[in-house]
Amino acid sequence: MNPYIANTADDMRAMLQSIGVRSVDDLFSDIKEEFRPRSFNLPEGRSEQEVVSELDRLARKNAYALKLFIGGGYYDHYIPAAVTALMSRGEFLTAYTPYQPECSQGTLQALYEFQSLICALTRMEIANASLYDGGTALYEAMMMAVRITGKKRVVLDGGVSPIYRKIIRSYTNNLDIALVETPVVHGQAHRPDIKALLNNGTAAVILQNPNFFGAVDDFSDIVAMAGSLGVLTIASVYPASLGLLKPPGDMGVDIVTGEGQSLGLPLHFGGPYLGFMATSKKYMRKMPGRIVGQTVDRQGRRCFVNTLQAREQHIRREKATSNICTNEALCAIQAAVFMSLLGPEGMKEWACLNFSKAEFARKVLEQIPGVEVKRSAPTFNEFTVCLPKDAQDVVEAMIQKGFAAGFPLGRYYPGMDRYMIVAVTEKRTRQDILQYAQALREVLGA
Amino acid sequence: MENKSKGFNIPERKTDSVMDLVFEKSVPGRRGFRGPAPDVEGECSLPQEYCRQTALPFPEVTELDCLRHFTGLSRKNFSVDTHFYPLGSCTMKYNPRFTEDCAKHPGFSQLHPLLPQLRQGEQYSQGALQVLFDMDRLLSEITGMDAFTLQPLAGAHGELTGVMLIAAYHRAKGNDKKIILIPDSAHGTNPASATIAGYETVSIPTDDKGEMDMEILEKNINKDVAAVMLTCPNTLGLFNPGIDRIAGLVHAVDGLMYYDGANLNALLGRCRPGDLGFDVVHVNLHKTFSTPHGGGGPGAGPVGVKKALVPFLPVSRVIQTKDGTFALDYDAPESIGYIASFYGNFGVIVKAYAYILLLGRRGLMETSDHAVVNANYMLSRLKDVLPPAFDRACMHECVLTAKTLLARDVHALDLAKYLIDRGFHPPTVYFPLIVKEAMMFEPTECESKEEMDRFIQALRDGVGLSASNPQVLKECPFTMPISRPDEVRAARDLNANFFQSCV
Amino acid sequence: MEVMEHYHYTKEHEWVYLEDTIATVGITEYAQSSMGEVTFVELPAVNAEVEQFEQFASVESVKAASDIYCPMSGTVVEVNTELEEDPELLNKDCYEAGWIAKIEISSPEELSKLMTAEEYENYLESIG
Repeated sequence: MNPYIANTADDMRAMLQSIGVRSVDDLFSDIKEEFRPRSFNLPEGRSEQEVVSELDRLARKNAYALKLFIGGGYYDHYIPAAVTALMSRGEFLTAYTPYQPECSQGTLQALYEFQSLICALTRMEIANASLYDGGTALYEAMMMAVRITGKKRVVLDGGVSPIYRKIIRSYTNNLDIALVETPVVHGQAHRPDIKALLNNGTAAVILQNPNFFGAVDDFSDIVAMAGSLGVLTIASVYPASLGLLKPPGDMGVDIVTGEGQSLGLPLHFGGPYLGFMATSKKYMRKMPGRIVGQTVDRQGRRCFVNTLQAREQHIRREKATSNICTNEALCAIQAAVFMSLLGPEGMKEWACLNFSKAEFARKVLEQIPGVEVKRSAPTFNEFTVCLPKDAQDVVEAMIQKGFAAGFPLGRYYPGMDRYMIVAVTEKRTRQDILQYAQALREVLGA
Repeated sequence: MENKSKGFNIPERKTDSVMDLVFEKSVPGRRGFRGPAPDVEGECSLPQEYCRQTALPFPEVTELDCLRHFTGLSRKNFSVDTHFYPLGSCTMKYNPRFTEDCAKHPGFSQLHPLLPQLRQGEQYSQGALQVLFDMDRLLSEITGMDAFTLQPLAGAHGELTGVMLIAAYHRAKGNDKKIILIPDSAHGTNPASATIAGYETVSIPTDDKGEMDMEILEKNINKDVAAVMLTCPNTLGLFNPGIDRIAGLVHAVDGLMYYDGANLNALLGRCRPGDLGFDVVHVNLHKTFSTPHGGGGPGAGPVGVKKALVPFLPVSRVIQTKDGTFALDYDAPESIGYIASFYGNFGVIVKAYAYILLLGRRGLMETSDHAVVNANYMLSRLKDVLPPAFDRACMHECVLTAKTLLARDVHALDLAKYLIDRGFHPPTVYFPLIVKEAMMFEPTECESKEEMDRFIQALRDGVGLSASNPQVLKECPFTMPISRPDEVRAARDLNANFFQSCV
Repeated sequence: MEVMEHYHYTKEHEWVYLEDTIATVGITEYAQSSMGEVTFVELPAVNAEVEQFEQFASVESVKAASDIYCPMSGTVVEVNTELEEDPELLNKDCYEAGWIAKIEISSPEELSKLMTAEEYENYLESIG
């Protein structure tokens, strides 16, 4: 018997007797003979020790010790040990959706704190308790804008992560929604194109800050123009930057989404990550996902519950604001712990450290003959570099030297084969940066 | 209650009642984390117009404050680790801890997802790609499908992906289909997912055996039907022996069969959705394959398909090349495209993979056998006090009704709250919607007869109280930090943000 | 269940009270009591054109959401903005203070497709 099964043969006999059947098979009599598996050819079970060692063998095949200068929306940040320790608590880990508030106040209050922290960070009025990841959150925001405005045309800036744009394309394929993409010029959102495309038949304009090329922007002018035409502005943001950067709420953005991985979640080869969304109170009933609200109990004690549930699938079924059910609650709590530990000073220092290390790296790389840093706007912790040869070749050679040197842009931006984006987080030391530069010199023969 | 039975009176444990918010514990000047000092020249010199102008009102707490705060919060939860949690339809089984260790291995947790997208980049993540490849094969064999995508990040996300695959299949064949048929017992996510993917849904009622009404189904089968979406066993915990007939009817109009895998824990090794005629399935790794539910995620909802739908699967797909190495294949012109940022909730997938490797073929079969016996045992011991919605053998969960207590003005919710006082997480209540005062019990294979007996006794006591002292049930729970929150007030005067509430 | 005598009714439990060409619309006692405590009313836009039996508003409680269908075609001329602040009015006084919208009707003959008070009472009895 496997170690996760409780009942012995004696227990089983007693239970079958209570049920009034002779054998376990009798309970499966609705599954007719012809329904039996045509095959069930699986390996035999193994001990915990053997499985752990097999997984260790597989894990070691991955290049996880590279110095990461690769970002693209997913960053190698330091995770305080306290975050990991708290997330191992079984009471958070092995609970489920807080359907019964009396025995789920821990999850509920932690999610309320998460929502409040996201609102403070983005300067928005209301946030939900999480979505799957940054990409799907942006798609949900677009659908929300379509619901609010009743319009079916969306303008999408080319500076938005190409991965997110591909996700949005897939989901709208079967729907009557027109997507118009604007090109990036010199790594920045191109104002004339975007503004020319806004009209009163448009549901939303979707932007990203910092954008995929690393450029920092202030979208206030686009927001103002969009607002005058009844177009909602959606911005995808990088939470690590917001201790330093102007928050989207202060630009007047209507719906903010983002990837919360940087807030204490490991890279984990793509997930679990954390999508978040925040908006104005006037749109709260159109927002997807769970929302935790404060209320009082019978005796007037403060407490927390899932609220505005009438938006959701389990009540509204085919008319729900989204099909989302389970989201990323544990990751949201993880982010709440992370943000609480850092506090206001910590968030600011963290952002500044990322900024100044990237600035330092940029200046060091600029010294290398043939390397050109493309920069028409300020950047945060990632910037675009033009190389004297194919960026894919360079990155490949750099890996041999122990560096994931950046992400070549040619994959998603045709014609940009010599470009890559380079990310520098607080984990990269001065020495790492100098060694990276030295390795790049060698690879380029400079 | 429990205390008295030990023969002496321990003062009732006072759970510290309402806890302050982390913001209310803030003291200016405290901090919970210190990062490294800057080791590079240069000020934080971003031009002012791009900078934040307002202070960030985050809490200022020490690391210990923070640890105590969140540890304190965690203790206000019931969880599988601390309490029997027979929440029907959610498969709250034990989550083995070694799988956590496997997922935390730096070889997985520190792996950047863009690495394999570099040229020849797959060589830097062979181990991770093998996990994905093996998992595709294992899930295909378990469910009788031809191929899986592991990208969907939750069950509902799997449903949406599955319906998008169905749409792509029909589009490629030139089929103009508009409708998806869904039983009225279905999870709300089914109609929501179908609608979001662009379909109209038609709800098919349940007959007096608890199965899809065949007569009404037949009337609704026509060339417009793109698919039927089913949970099997259904949300009443019943296996429909006529499932092959449904598949036959749907396939006859070139419709597809969608399998919602929420209840797969009943069927491992007993039958496979693929053999039953299902064309698209999603499985919930956090249910059947025992990854922790995390208070509502992260989960994972991989989707499997039959051969005819393989070309439409999301990119990328993990393939094995001739030399035995693993690679990512993006060359799929008919693919529905990207449905998530990367390869799925990888950390969750690793845990489910480790779990399947440990259990193996026999272990998985034992799982379903024990899950089904346990649910039937609870049914057999409860049905004299709470009638079953449909009186027949159930699979891994059973649905009873508390409607007989309505005469005493006692509701399923009151029994649920009473169970909390007795130290049990309540079953799912008021679902499925078609059963009045529904209570849905799913003990899973992990619970012992003794624990179920204690639960059964508690529930029987509750039903007894509904006759002797119904008022006390209305006031439960007594032992929790809070009792019966005002949900109407929460929705009418929304306060979902501490900082808004201070304005 | 209270039913108002001079009102007309739909099968979806909306009521309409007609004065000249202005139809006041709301939901019935049966509808509000089966919803439970109302937490939010989504009102139609003033000046919106509505068709008979078209969805034009919705009502939410903690555990339910219900669409409201307009009993008669016409133009929305006024909505009960008090419901935005005080959705409870729908529970307290569904036939008077809890009205939802006033419609300038375009097709008076549509009234014949609605139930009279007596017919609605019988209908309520038939659905138990």
